[in-house]
Amino acid sequence: MMILANIISLTIMFAVPLLLVALGGMFSEHSGVINIALEGMMIVGALFACFTLQAFDQSGFGKMHPQVSVFIAILVAGVSGMIFSLLLGFAAINLKADQTIGGTALNQFAPAFAVVMTWAIQGQGLTTISIPNWVRITRETFGLAPVDGPSFLNSLIFKYFYLTTPVAVVLFIVSAVVLYKTRFGLRLRACGEHPQAADSVGINVYKMRYAGVLISGFLGGVGGLAYTFAAGSGFNSTVGGYGFLALAVMIFGNWKPLPILASSFFFALFKVIAAYSSSLPFLPTFSGVKDISNFYQMLPYIVTMIVLIFTSKNSQAPKAEGIPYDKGSR
Amino acid sequence: MNKKTKQPLLQNPAAISVLASLLSIVIGLVLGFILLIILNPGEALHGMKAMLGTGFGSMDKFGKVLYQAAPLMLCGLSVGFAFKTGLFNIGASGQYTIGSFFALLFAIQFQMPWWVCLLAAAVGGAIWGVFPGLFKAFFNVNEVITSIMFNWIGMYLVNLLMANMPKMLASGWGAPNSDRTAALSSANTGAIIPKGGLDKLFGNSSWINISIFVAIAVAIVIWVVLQKTTFGYELKACGLNRDASQYAGINAKRNIVLSMVIAGALSGLGGGIYYLAGTGQYVLQKSILGMGFNGIPVALLANSNPVGTIFSSLFISYIQVGGAAMQPAYSPETIDIVIAVIIYLAAFALLMRGIIAKAISGRKTKGGDGK
Repeated sequence: MMILANIISLTIMFAVPLLLVALGGMFSEHSGVINIALEGMMIVGALFACFTLQAFDQSGFGKMHPQVSVFIAILVAGVSGMIFSLLLGFAAINLKADQTIGGTALNQFAPAFAVVMTWAIQGQGLTTISIPNWVRITRETFGLAPVDGPSFLNSLIFKYFYLTTPVAVVLFIVSAVVLYKTRFGLRLRACGEHPQAADSVGINVYKMRYAGVLISGFLGGVGGLAYTFAAGSGFNSTVGGYGFLALAVMIFGNWKPLPILASSFFFALFKVIAAYSSSLPFLPTFSGVKDISNFYQMLPYIVTMIVLIFTSKNSQAPKAEGIPYDKGSR
Repeated sequence: MNKKTKQPLLQNPAAISVLASLLSIVIGLVLGFILLIILNPGEALHGMKAMLGTGFGSMDKFGKVLYQAAPLMLCGLSVGFAFKTGLFNIGASGQYTIGSFFALLFAIQFQMPWWVCLLAAAVGGAIWGVFPGLFKAFFNVNEVITSIMFNWIGMYLVNLLMANMPKMLASGWGAPNSDRTAALSSANTGAIIPKGGLDKLFGNSSWINISIFVAIAVAIVIWVVLQKTTFGYELKACGLNRDASQYAGINAKRNIVLSMVIAGALSGLGGGIYYLAGTGQYVLQKSILGMGFNGIPVALLANSNPVGTIFSSLFISYIQVGGAAMQPAYSPETIDIVIAVIIYLAAFALLMRGIIAKAISGRKTKGGDGK
């Protein structure tokens, strides 16, 4: 039972960054901009949020108001992700550049920038920004007395609980509502499906696309911080390919919020299984095979490819994604 | 591209794209210098000198520039070749990884000579290139997505296979570490790419071997294929307009798959050339190798022209060697920022070309479009 509680809570913890980032990608693509730079946006968001947390830790404010500090760090992650995403927006929307190449440039830029910044602030060769130990939500956060010994409910809820989880729940609900129940969402989707038609009824396609990219920058940045919490060993200028995995989650979720939620859990579960494959009794052991975790790491990507074969014919991908919008063309 | 009609040099589209690339490089370097000033004002000039001067500083360093340029050139050719067919091969990294694995498999497990291993590397990369091609041609799945997925699948697959082949690992040859492949110097000296006497020329540089000539030869072959053969013409036609080429009787599906296979073979060969130099061992990876990704700026700077790729890969390799020499005042990643800025600028190279063409032709009416 304890293993089950651990798996569930770990899966939730790893699903949170995937969910947030995939939702970010969804907004960007619904507006018509392919956002391959999600990985870079995560890194930039996580970088500045970790600096913020470190500053709070050193000033002593963090220990006194831990969750307020984490909340501010989440905002910092989102805003810095947004600022970074402006670079993609500028290249893709104003300059009508190739979106995948612009995104690739940002993905190359972000980790290098993070290493350089970490060196500049922490000193030569120190490439890890450590996460203060007060960021986790514990029983004490709610004023509950600590319990002795392991208990199912305790492991389930409090072992890997960060403020990013409830924030992600809120952001998920808001995202789903915004995309489907608001005028803004409808307009955004119109710009990804048929920008010329949207423009003809008075929607500013450029503005809408900027909105999509900025939202994805915000969600990507917050997702980067969530990943850093989940990874648990501090920030090393990398988010372990989660930006690309989130892209797979988004495609697997067919560009729709609820399926994205489901597929982020699916991918997270495989990540957890891969990481703990040696200690899970119910998995096939493949005795004699070394490093079998690589196999489980591979599975979500393979499954995505197989699913893509069957779903590509009726894919819900926005029709105009990746095509720069030019008012003059028809 | 034939210069049958006489044009002023600066209105030649090829000259304009060279200028656009040079402009990207200059802006990238200027921004890099500004970055150095911000980070550490006292060392900025010194750092810039290291970045731009190290590569020619000694024969040993120049040997390293050539040694790194060879795999970069092949990855750049791979990305550029796919570009010509209208495909973005972001999977060069995965193909490179599988190519490296095949090369080392034939070198260590099967004890083959170096040229067999290189061929195996190309085959390995080609196998990994088939998938994005097939998915694109028959299931209409975007090759960018497939390539990214197969980058990760390839990395984990190689990790899994290596870990289960005790003879491949360094630990199988008496060395203590089991997280990397055996050093070729102890496992199979016949698989090391020969130096051809170049090491004498380069002051006993341990880096240099004939791989740079192999890469340049491949670049020229690719140029001939693209410019002088029907097959190359068909590939380019597919890249320019898939529907139109199909209407003209070109089998677009076949060409997409073939283009990715050749692109994959090039990246794979790049992996083989890098690891068969005998100076590096393949370390089991936790994240995707950067070499394939660096093929993207190489291809973009060269405007996907195979001959241009020779020069752009030498340039990227040159500043990478320079970047490594900027330690300890600056982290070697500083150079990655400069390269990223250059790719970012190259992303709107089309726009820059337009601006340059306009600036040059000046008051003349739209005559810059030479085609």
